[in-house]
Amino acid sequence: MIVLSPLREFRFPVMAECISPDVFEGKTPSEIGALQMWEGNKQKSLESLFKIEEATTEETAGDATLQIVGDIRQVRRIGSGMKKGTITIKGDVGMHLGEEMKGGKIIVQGDAESWVGSMMKGGSIEILGNAGDYLAAPYRGCDKGMKSGKIIVHGNVGTEAGAYMQSGVIKILGNAGEFTGFRMHDGTIYVKGDCMERAGACMANGKVVIEGRLESVLPSFSVDSIRPKIKIDTSEEVEGPLYVFVGDLAENGSGKLYVSKKNNPQLSCYEKFL
Amino acid sequence: MDLLIKNGFVFDPLNGVNGEKMDIAVKNGRIVGDVVERKARKVDASGMIVMPGGVDIHTHIAGSEVNTGRLLRPEDHFRDFERKTSATRAGVGRSIPSTFTTGYRYARMGYTTVMNPAMAPLEAKHTHEELDDTPMVDKASYPLLGNWWFVLEYLARGDIEQCARHIAWIMNSTKGYAIKVVNPGGLEAWGFGHNVKELDDEVPYFCTTPREIIRGLCKANTLLNLPHTIHVHTNSLGRPGNYTTAIDTMKCVEDLALDDKPVIHLTHCQFSAFKGEDWRTLESGAAEIADYMNNHKHVTMDMGQIIFTDTTTMTADGPFQYALYGLTGNKWVNHDVETETSAGIVPFRYRRKSYVHAIQWSIGLELALLIKDPWRIFMTTDHPNAGPFTAYPKIIAWLISKNAREASLKRINPRARSKSLLPSIDRELSLYEIAITTRAGQAKALGLKNKGHLGPGADADIAVYNVNPETTDISRKFRSVRRAFKKAAYTVKGGEVVVKDGEVLKSVSGRTKWLDVKVSEPALITEDMKKRFRTYWTVEYENYPVYEDHLEGLEPINVKASV
Repeated sequence: MIVLSPLREFRFPVMAECISPDVFEGKTPSEIGALQMWEGNKQKSLESLFKIEEATTEETAGDATLQIVGDIRQVRRIGSGMKKGTITIKGDVGMHLGEEMKGGKIIVQGDAESWVGSMMKGGSIEILGNAGDYLAAPYRGCDKGMKSGKIIVHGNVGTEAGAYMQSGVIKILGNAGEFTGFRMHDGTIYVKGDCMERAGACMANGKVVIEGRLESVLPSFSVDSIRPKIKIDTSEEVEGPLYVFVGDLAENGSGKLYVSKKNNPQLSCYEKFL
Repeated sequence: MDLLIKNGFVFDPLNGVNGEKMDIAVKNGRIVGDVVERKARKVDASGMIVMPGGVDIHTHIAGSEVNTGRLLRPEDHFRDFERKTSATRAGVGRSIPSTFTTGYRYARMGYTTVMNPAMAPLEAKHTHEELDDTPMVDKASYPLLGNWWFVLEYLARGDIEQCARHIAWIMNSTKGYAIKVVNPGGLEAWGFGHNVKELDDEVPYFCTTPREIIRGLCKANTLLNLPHTIHVHTNSLGRPGNYTTAIDTMKCVEDLALDDKPVIHLTHCQFSAFKGEDWRTLESGAAEIADYMNNHKHVTMDMGQIIFTDTTTMTADGPFQYALYGLTGNKWVNHDVETETSAGIVPFRYRRKSYVHAIQWSIGLELALLIKDPWRIFMTTDHPNAGPFTAYPKIIAWLISKNAREASLKRINPRARSKSLLPSIDRELSLYEIAITTRAGQAKALGLKNKGHLGPGADADIAVYNVNPETTDISRKFRSVRRAFKKAAYTVKGGEVVVKDGEVLKSVSGRTKWLDVKVSEPALITEDMKKRFRTYWTVEYENYPVYEDHLEGLEPINVKASV
């Protein structure tokens, strides 16, 4: 197992696409140290920015494991396009973590910035702290978001989580910001805590499940029924009862928005339409 | 410094040179008969082909709609970017590259002259500023006049001479090069929510028809002695069954042709060669169009070849773009440019497995192969509408090799494959014909006297590609030809070697050509006209023209009109 720790506090963004188990596999620590990355507008070697240690413990045996210890909030694009292996980050991490990753696992024992798992195609990301905006969302202009895989955030997330999502599962155990599931095509987003307004705006399909409070539902959603429970994935179910809304009708969508009845007495006015 | 390109196999169709081994000498940015070898810088082109620099008759590289396309599509940029080098600037964009990147990419393929075919007169300043910022290539721009209100009014009155004078004024004030006609009559009809489909449909509120507009502008073009013909994007473009409109458009100016000289250019003809009732029954109308072309000499044409890729469609044809938005549901832009034209942008992906797209792909190549005279059918992708210009090497491979076509045919939609005429066409273009369809023919059609050939006096714009025509069977080794055309071994621009082995060595700025049309009596600018500028335009008459001192790289071409 390779353990990286930053040698100093970074003032400028560091583009660290090369920090990925796929790239590290089969390389000696000195070869890893020679990998190039950009810090601001300067190209630097990995060893000039990070301390590289090789540690072997029983639980993390195997080559494709990588640990980063320390504050790396300025380090972006870690695990970009990774296909296998595990990255464990003990500390806060910068933007675009696991961008377009295809497999493997990333665990963050801290907070993550925006664009976690942007356009990811597989694998899983678990964040024990909070995540920023645009969780799993694609870059501006793209209409193809997360394609597959799983993201679990134990804390809160910012706005536009799961935008343009095509498939996969996002679980947010804290609260979510505005526009959760914006323009999603398919897949599942589960928010255990409260969700700010405009959940599911412009969604075409898929489902958004909100167990906490959602102040109001967009007027372009129509109430469909009340369900006792809903399945998130093979292992998890949310107990209801839950209101089911269909939308976004402004976009001719048939997505489903499930909102807990118990935590949302303000939505009881919809019951008369059932 | 003098330059001598030694021992290349030269293909120079305008001077009838077909693969002869010879030297090309350059002095002061011009091609000359000979230079003192001792003093000249020598470029060893032995075992390579030497052609004039490429000419592109139709490529949307600048202007407000290109720029709006850039703004609309950030996703086109982040996947394709170039870092700066010691010679070049950084840039982004695949289907709509930034201006500098556009210039570099053309130069890497050995292109040195490109024509921006759609400039709304109102946006002329913007267009020219962008063209000024496009390095490596010479360029020009065609103002959109097929829907310009004054033109429509003159033509409705049948006042061709006054219309011609007015066009001379527009050419001078927008610094334009040729008359561009997009969906004649249809775009101003679109401003009122209508469209025109056939040549004899009346343009609402203007008392004229597309036939009158095309014929009138064609006559005005002849009166003004403009070097290029009128450049026409037909009515009903992109609609099934429109090949009859294309043929009618060619027929309607048949009697205006003088001594077999072309009088009309039909652009991106692939989009105008659809046969069938609707999208399900779509078929190729290329055979009919090619048949007409082979029997008549007054038309030139370019392909508008489809490339299976993600691209951005942008035309001045607002109603067509709106229909395209309806088909795709993609993000879109539609814009009415005051009293001049309209415009629309929709990102689009051409898919191999789509029946319609595969048929379209086939139509472009059928046109290029079935039309016998390479001097009248040119290679374009209508960049970026049917695909980015960076795909030209692919098209060259399809044109020179049946094997290349068959390799691609295998991968397209099976129903489209069974309908395609391509398996029955054995023609393979020679390198000489490629030189015609990619440079000499285009330069000739554009009336650019110093471009597209390597005779003494021509501009020293030269492309050297690493293919040995003596030892290579280009039909079988189409992949190596494709590679060679993708990265020119050398590109010479204005007598300087600017690209070597596909890398830009030096950034040079090109010139923007425009027509300084001299008429015997200036266009009538009445008080009424000025008043209408004040009423209907956001720019007043006095502020309308592009002044020469506003721009750096302008190069006027003097034209003496016979009106």
